[in-house]
Amino acid sequence: MSKKDSEYLINRKDNQYEVVIGLEVHAQVLSESKLFSTSATKFGAEPNTQVSLVDAAFPGMLPVINEFCVKQAIKTGIGLNAKINKRSVFDRKNYFYADLPQGYQISQFKDPIVGEGKVILDMPYGQKEVGIERLHLEQDAGKSIHDLDPQNTFVDLNRSGVALMEIVSKPDLRSPDEVNAYIKKLRSIMRYLGTCDGNMQEGSLRADVNVSVRPKGSTEFGTRCEIKNVNSIKFMQMAIEYEANRQVDLIEEGKIIDQETRLFDTKKNETRSMRSKEDAHDYRYFPDPDLLPLEVSEKFIEELKNDIPELPDDKKKRFIEEFKLSSYEANILVSDIDTAKYFEEVVAKMGKNKDIKLAVNWITGELFAVLNSKGLEISQSPVSAKNFAILINLIKNGTISGKIAKTVFELMIDGDKDPQKIVEEKGLKQQSDPKALEALIDKIINDNREKAIEYKQGKEKLFGFFVGQAMKASGGKANPQLINEILKKKL
Amino acid sequence: MSDITKQSLTELVENIKNKKLSSTDVTKAFIDRSEKSGELNAYITNDFTSALDKAKKFDQKPNLDLKLPGIPMAVKDLFCTKNIKTTAGSKILNNFVPTYESTVTENIWNEGAILLGKLNCDEFAMGSSNETSFFGNVQSPIDKNLVPGGSSGGSASAVAGQLTPVTIGTDTGGSIRQPASFTGIVGLKPTYGSCSRYGIVAFASSLDQAGPMAQNVKDCALLHEVISSYDPKDSTSIDFKRNHYSKELTNNIKGKKIGIPKEYRVDGMPKEIEALWQKGIQYIKDCGAETIDISLPNTSYALPTYYIVAPAEASSNLARYDGVKYGYRAKGENLIDMYEKTRSEGFGTEVQRRIMIGTYVLSSGYYDAYYLKAQKVRKLIKNDFDEAYKKVDAILTPSTPSSAFKIGEKTNDPVSMYLNDIFTVPVNLAGLPGISIPAGHDSKGYPLGLQIIGKAFDEQNILNIAYAMEEKINFKNKITDWWIK
Repeated sequence: MSKKDSEYLINRKDNQYEVVIGLEVHAQVLSESKLFSTSATKFGAEPNTQVSLVDAAFPGMLPVINEFCVKQAIKTGIGLNAKINKRSVFDRKNYFYADLPQGYQISQFKDPIVGEGKVILDMPYGQKEVGIERLHLEQDAGKSIHDLDPQNTFVDLNRSGVALMEIVSKPDLRSPDEVNAYIKKLRSIMRYLGTCDGNMQEGSLRADVNVSVRPKGSTEFGTRCEIKNVNSIKFMQMAIEYEANRQVDLIEEGKIIDQETRLFDTKKNETRSMRSKEDAHDYRYFPDPDLLPLEVSEKFIEELKNDIPELPDDKKKRFIEEFKLSSYEANILVSDIDTAKYFEEVVAKMGKNKDIKLAVNWITGELFAVLNSKGLEISQSPVSAKNFAILINLIKNGTISGKIAKTVFELMIDGDKDPQKIVEEKGLKQQSDPKALEALIDKIINDNREKAIEYKQGKEKLFGFFVGQAMKASGGKANPQLINEILKKKL
Repeated sequence: MSDITKQSLTELVENIKNKKLSSTDVTKAFIDRSEKSGELNAYITNDFTSALDKAKKFDQKPNLDLKLPGIPMAVKDLFCTKNIKTTAGSKILNNFVPTYESTVTENIWNEGAILLGKLNCDEFAMGSSNETSFFGNVQSPIDKNLVPGGSSGGSASAVAGQLTPVTIGTDTGGSIRQPASFTGIVGLKPTYGSCSRYGIVAFASSLDQAGPMAQNVKDCALLHEVISSYDPKDSTSIDFKRNHYSKELTNNIKGKKIGIPKEYRVDGMPKEIEALWQKGIQYIKDCGAETIDISLPNTSYALPTYYIVAPAEASSNLARYDGVKYGYRAKGENLIDMYEKTRSEGFGTEVQRRIMIGTYVLSSGYYDAYYLKAQKVRKLIKNDFDEAYKKVDAILTPSTPSSAFKIGEKTNDPVSMYLNDIFTVPVNLAGLPGISIPAGHDSKGYPLGLQIIGKAFDEQNILNIAYAMEEKINFKNKITDWWIK
């Protein structure tokens, strides 16, 4: 694997700077109930309707670990090729805020459930390995709503206690593009595993972004700033670009970069200081005495390993080998689990005599275009994989031409119609009967004697004219290949 | 009928089962006496009207198969009780009415008992004299202006003063055993994990245990049998086979080996305490058991360790009382100001002191030197006991280094107050069961207690030893009813 880095550099006069980025991704565990209580976790519920006495930290209430969330974290760890720690400890992170009912967040500090791992990114300049430092489980806080009332803040505790996985990367990323690829890869892996829905609009995936800069070629890290809670890839990229340039400017001016926590203002496209290192909270971490250390057996981990589906990297490898796809094509198909599922279903439905290349072209071409224009996910595709496969087969076996297929596809979208039926009902079947086509061509040549003579005398351009006439006469249904052959013979 | 409140729990259960007494008779008697005992200030909240209704209802259709059929009982105000105000002795929870029931009290009501009311205690169970309660200090039935001990001071006073037949307290560093010792009653701190902590206002989660307080060992065993249960709602609850403690109670302790730890002979311990301990050793021998001198070398570190671990956990456990969700809220200019005012006005001095100690020992830069070291010492203390239990079946010590003191005597000297717990805290740190039984009186006629410490989950054994000794000691509590006009 090449460890070639991107050439994303920030240029100033004679100096070039490299950007070093590490991410702390907060991924909401896909789970019906919260990390330490049985409350529901549905998005968009009425405020404070998914809150138990435990979530609201009533006196005497105690946390009880949700085994399903533990399994989800371990599965994710396996997906990140990471070490699973058989013993991990829940700690209390103490701080006061109105939407933190306990006055502390239960998290994992010294002993996380998952240790070091790695993910592979496919960059235009080759594959890039990004190290995972750790993954730990923690509770989400509630939500403070400041803009409903001029005097008061409202608090919604629906999110309070929801399980999060914090995935900490090593400072291995070097450009906004790599951040984009990294987040998408994490998201892809977790969606394959079913451990996080990766929905950034609903806040299921957000990140703290650590950025520092250093002169190109330097091996030492610069002072980093942490940009808190960025909730879209685009904003992450914008924030990194702004922040890296800000830091470079400071260095160029001979100033010092303060290690601090910053916020990204999406409206002004700039980062702002939130608090300096001196003002950093002292969270007074200590093991939560309400919870025993979490111990999992080798058997427990093995059982989960057996439960892991084929992940994007393996699937890609298989697609290339089994279907002779290019790396580029395979990447497009595996990056989203639903696309991969759709593709594999199409392949299965196409049966024995299948044209996989054709199917891939049609998925990434016509189907993606329709989904895009309608704003749909592939899981909501108006054309089922079954009918899609039939359509590809109709092209493959010569029943319809590629051009007619586009017309048929247009008609299929409305109500997932069977392409076979459309072809029959509309009489779109390709004319491949040589005798009928010969008669048709004879007539055209007869009607255009002069042009036929010109062609024979060397005006080869006229061949296209005859093809066009033949297609026109057949209502576009004539098999173009046959037309070519017959015309060559007769002219 | 006038002697109903003098009867033990066992006698009352028997009389109700034999229909010699009705639940209404018994409940009325304890309510009457409680109402005459206002001066003890044992109750924070009473539920007498409803208790009488429940007793009448019980009598209409008595279920005599239950372990506590129609028995009225008041409980420490640290246990959350559904629809009954639960304060933890604090202003900050003065308006708090839970919508839920603690597992321990639930177990009690499920066996037929009836709630009389909520008993006074030190604020958030932080104290050894019941003087830190927002609801005022509790008087001991033993003598006027004498503390009943703490933090389960209201509970001790109510049992000794016969305001309730038995009760439950909580013990984080001695809060059941020390007040039991001060008021001449029996108090058991069970093994950590034996009784569920669900629904108990938390002080220090790794040390807190609920336990029974009673007039005698048999009553204590019966109540323990009721409250001890495995509870999946408490992650530290332990699923082990629990005995029928009262049924299996025996005074036959012949051949048992009882350890006498030399480190409990502390400097400045009154001669009376030493004499009591010697008397205890003699009783053990009289019962046919054997005493063996043992060493628990890290005993002297127990108190400082406790006063790091307990405040550390408390500082975090009490963070939830912030004026946002329930309880007392002061008006503030902004969120921080509201927090500061709420917590300054809502918490008393002792609670604030412990929150500050706890915050300090967990702070970055101090964590390793205090909290982490304390955890290591805690392990050493536990190891001491493990080592000793290779040679002995149980350990005998005094319960407290002195008898009860006067109200106000130690309020300005927190360290001397903390010293009260010197014999009880090692047991909490090691998670072991310990029972205090009344064993004699000092020169002023105040009760003195002996403590029997057992192996983990070996409550039956220490109950048996206590039962055998109780018979030999033949202790009579001197209750003069001084507070009843």
